[in-house]
Amino acid sequence: MRSVLFLAVVLTAGCAGPLSTLDPAGPVAGQIAWLWWAMLAGAGVLTLLVLVLVAMGFGGLRPVAARVWTHRLGLWFSLGVLSVTLGAGLWVGERILPRGDAVEVTAHSFQWGWRFGHPDGMGGWIAAEGVLHIPAGEPVDVVVTSADVIHAFWVPRLAGKIDAIPGRENRLRLQADAPGIYAGRSAEFSGVGYAGMTFTVIAHAPDDWPAAIAALRDEAPDD
Amino acid sequence: MTDIPSPGQTAPADTRAATVHIPASPAQRALPLHRLLSQVWANDDGLWGQITAVSHTTLGLRFMATAFVFFAIGGILSMLIRAQLATPDGAFLDTELYNQIFTMHGSIMMFLFAIPMLEGLGIWLLPKMLGTRDMAFPRLTALGYWCYLFGGLIMLTALLFGVAPHDGWFMYTPLSSAEFSPGINADVWLLGVTFVEISAVAAAVEITVTILRQRAPGMRLMEMPLFAWYMLGTSAMMLVGFPPLIAGSVLLEIERAFDWPFFDPARGGDPLLWQHLFWLFGHPEVYIIFLPAAGVMSMMIPVLCRTTILGYGAIVAAILALVFLSFGLWVHHMFTVGIPHMALAFFSAASVLVAVPTAVQVFAWIGTMWKGHPQLHLPMYHILGFFLTFVMGGLTGVMLAIVPFNWQAHDTAFVTAHLHYVLIGGFVFPMMAAATYWMPLMTGKRRIKGLGEAAFWVILIGFHGTFFIMHLTGLMGMPRRIDVYPDNPEWIWLNLTSSIFSFVLTIGFALYALDLILQATLGKRESRDPWGAPTLDWAMPIPSPNYNFASLPTARHLGRDAGDIIVPLARGEGMLPGAPRGRREILVTSVGDATPDHVAMLPGNTALPLVLSSAICVFVLLMLASLYALAGLALLPVAALIWVWVRGMAPQGAMTPVEAAPGLHLPIHHRATTTLGQSGLMAFLVANGTLFSSLLFGLAFLSVVTPGPAAPPSAVSAAQVLPAFALLAAALVLALGAMGWRRAGAAWAGTALNLAALGAVLWLAVQLENPTAHTRDALRAVLTGYIGLHVLVAAGMSAFVADQYRRGEISPEVPGAWPSCNLWQRYTTAVTLITLAVVIAQGVIT
Ligand code: HEM
Ligand SMILES: [Cu+2]
Repeated sequence: MRSVLFLAVVLTAGCAGPLSTLDPAGPVAGQIAWLWWAMLAGAGVLTLLVLVLVAMGFGGLRPVAARVWTHRLGLWFSLGVLSVTLGAGLWVGERILPRGDAVEVTAHSFQWGWRFGHPDGMGGWIAAEGVLHIPAGEPVDVVVTSADVIHAFWVPRLAGKIDAIPGRENRLRLQADAPGIYAGRSAEFSGVGYAGMTFTVIAHAPDDWPAAIAALRDEAPDD
Repeated sequence: MTDIPSPGQTAPADTRAATVHIPASPAQRALPLHRLLSQVWANDDGLWGQITAVSHTTLGLRFMATAFVFFAIGGILSMLIRAQLATPDGAFLDTELYNQIFTMHGSIMMFLFAIPMLEGLGIWLLPKMLGTRDMAFPRLTALGYWCYLFGGLIMLTALLFGVAPHDGWFMYTPLSSAEFSPGINADVWLLGVTFVEISAVAAAVEITVTILRQRAPGMRLMEMPLFAWYMLGTSAMMLVGFPPLIAGSVLLEIERAFDWPFFDPARGGDPLLWQHLFWLFGHPEVYIIFLPAAGVMSMMIPVLCRTTILGYGAIVAAILALVFLSFGLWVHHMFTVGIPHMALAFFSAASVLVAVPTAVQVFAWIGTMWKGHPQLHLPMYHILGFFLTFVMGGLTGVMLAIVPFNWQAHDTAFVTAHLHYVLIGGFVFPMMAAATYWMPLMTGKRRIKGLGEAAFWVILIGFHGTFFIMHLTGLMGMPRRIDVYPDNPEWIWLNLTSSIFSFVLTIGFALYALDLILQATLGKRESRDPWGAPTLDWAMPIPSPNYNFASLPTARHLGRDAGDIIVPLARGEGMLPGAPRGRREILVTSVGDATPDHVAMLPGNTALPLVLSSAICVFVLLMLASLYALAGLALLPVAALIWVWVRGMAPQGAMTPVEAAPGLHLPIHHRATTTLGQSGLMAFLVANGTLFSSLLFGLAFLSVVTPGPAAPPSAVSAAQVLPAFALLAAALVLALGAMGWRRAGAAWAGTALNLAALGAVLWLAVQLENPTAHTRDALRAVLTGYIGLHVLVAAGMSAFVADQYRRGEISPEVPGAWPSCNLWQRYTTAVTLITLAVVIAQGVIT
């Protein structure tokens, strides 16, 4: 037990980083990370299994039943493993969808930057360039759009990514467990400025969030 | 050794003999046969001989050698990428150049290495394995090669001049549209790749026809070597997989050149249409690459294990399942574009499901190893490398099919790792195994011990050292396609490790190449059938002669050790011994159970393929230079050369039946019911029909799914176009009727009616609304052009038949080009009527 714990600690420490999906800071990213570790374990076992079977193939002649290989292993065994994987994927998938009430913010992308919109509580929007302010501990829906080519909105520690496609509106659910600063970036190649197309997400304690947005108004450009 | 069964057939020979009994020809002296055949089937001498060669052996090897050169170039580009990524601030490339380099690396590896390599393998190996002397359309093989070479050279030249494509190998719009990629970079990709794809469609047509119609008599479908099944699956997928890409490329090029909107959301277009068309090709593409590799595995493993393949039927079923399923998965490349979540679940399930047939094959191969007695020859090393690498790549593929995980891993280095595990594991390792396995047949030489093994280990270590930790790099958040990462020191050691090992990998590939070169030049002579294989490809002298078999194998020769039938075949005891009539003759058999049908005479050496592909190249270059009017003119020589090409198939010379075996007289192909040419045309029409369907898919997608602005109301009333509609439909239906009538007059009438239809198309064209205004009008213009082209060709074909009457080439027994003309006319009429119906429906619905 202690060794498992130790391994977990080492793994998370080694995998930490501002953009690391393996260092989740919210429920959406957290569930996906768990899904990954489970699939990794399964994949490791399966790889070993295949390699052992291949190695045993060198053991000399022996009678074999074709259907054991093609049907039992090839068909049923793989169907079984795959169904479990798919089931887990669908289960997690259902839980991370944008369903139910959430705070709504907008993310408008362009070559090469981001302009975010925050609700001012009176039906208007307050814009900020390069920084998105969200309340911590609450689900947030980001409505993602693009002004020119395709980009993708991605804050790996909070959620997966969604594309920003000209002519369309996409929606991504994310949530930060605690106040803090989270790194985000575009994850769809968009030309020469792509590498630098980063942004920051600041999660505020829910009580501080309205003030943070109000403060934005004073420095915001007048659009 | 006695307890080791020798590799044998999959079904007993006597059941075959029951279906087709063909008496053996009397034995002759082998040497005179060989001399005569060599003379008839040889390439011309010297460099000229390379230009005029149409032989599948020459061209198959040349395809593979050229593909290997492109592999080396793509490899050098990958070294530049890795050098750049070794440090966070980048080594030496500026971003624009970096973008060109990774785009070219990906495009070269996919379009100029993998696809041509598997085409070359199929072209080189299939006739030998099926027991025939060449591919069905030797001139087409050569045409494909030259198109591939020229298209590849255009792309390389662009790289040298710094104007190579730079939008990534899947060229997403609008990044690749004129607004965001001015300059010719994107055109180089669209035109260059489409030019190269001529060779893919040509190869697919040829391979399909060769497998279905040129198998040794008695080799029923369920008895053909598994490689042939795999290639049949591959070629079917190519026929259906490439047209969406070609359609997409043509549309995007038209949008870039003439500003007709297909992908521009402001005018009713949709960037996602490009993604759908691209991945409708792109996903099947990975199976197109994998299936031939799996095919060579299925051939080598049993031989190297001294046994027979386990689960032949299950493997065939798995191939068919793969071919079918892989067209239903493309959306898994688009999980992040924001599609409805039920669709996500569906495509996720389908993507996971496709792993099942793959698993069936992998376990069948392992079972074969259990059943037999694996020998650790060099090809077996690479096969083991395959198992390790491909299984891991397949498993990460399943992970990526799981939508939530995909949302994190998509477009990161994790995907780069995954795709190299499957491509290098599932294609490069099997190809390396295959090359070492078939080298004796290519060169007649034996390899030098030791070097190949060393190369293998260096490659294996280099590969996994480079790509294994790249999974982690991706999960730690590194996207693919970035050139610097100054703010992410946590990625430094990961990238540095990958970069160092990638140089190890390169050294490994260099050693591997050196091994092959040394074997080809310094190797000692190898003996015939060195592996003791039971397939026909080894039942010939090594290196293989241009004619393959002095006499063609029959049911009697199938499923036996190749070593036992070399001598009888060389002494002319099979069918069509020698070349007594001085012609390149092959046997054409029926599709199902391969009963002899007729004897086809194949064309000899000619420079026409080079000339035709040069003419197409001129057209492509003029398009690249934006000289569209001149480009249009450049199509005239292309059309004239195609006429000359088809004239080359006209009936001439003696039409007497040929005694293919004692007492077995077969008609020659001019008098046959279904010739290879007609089968080829049918295969081509499958591809063409898919292209047409892709356009209709675009139309449906843009009018149903796309959220953009509705089309402005039409200024042209229905009453205005109806007369032209009616004329077009009536002329084509009447022309179709004329086809059935088979007289000179009918050919002339057909020509006139098709010309009338062409007039109707032009009439419609002048009434079209400005195609730059809205995607609806742009699509109508494209469909009009598509129909116009087909009607034009139909007119040309009926004129061709009329000309054949004038020359006296057609008689009641010799149909000439009638059947092909008829087939084309039917196709043209069908697509025209469908289009008219769709346009009318569009008017009614909106
Ligand atoms: C010779 C060893 C190879 C090395 C070291 C290598 C390395 C790389 C690297 C570093 C990238 C760029 C990832 C990025 O942009 O972040 C890449 C991309 C790619 N590679 Fe390779 N590669 C190799 C062989 C191959 C082979 C054999 C194939 C296919 C048969 C292939 C297909 C691709 C494709 C399709 C891409 C994506 C290009 C794009 O993003 O547009 N590579 N490779
Ligand atoms: Cu795919």
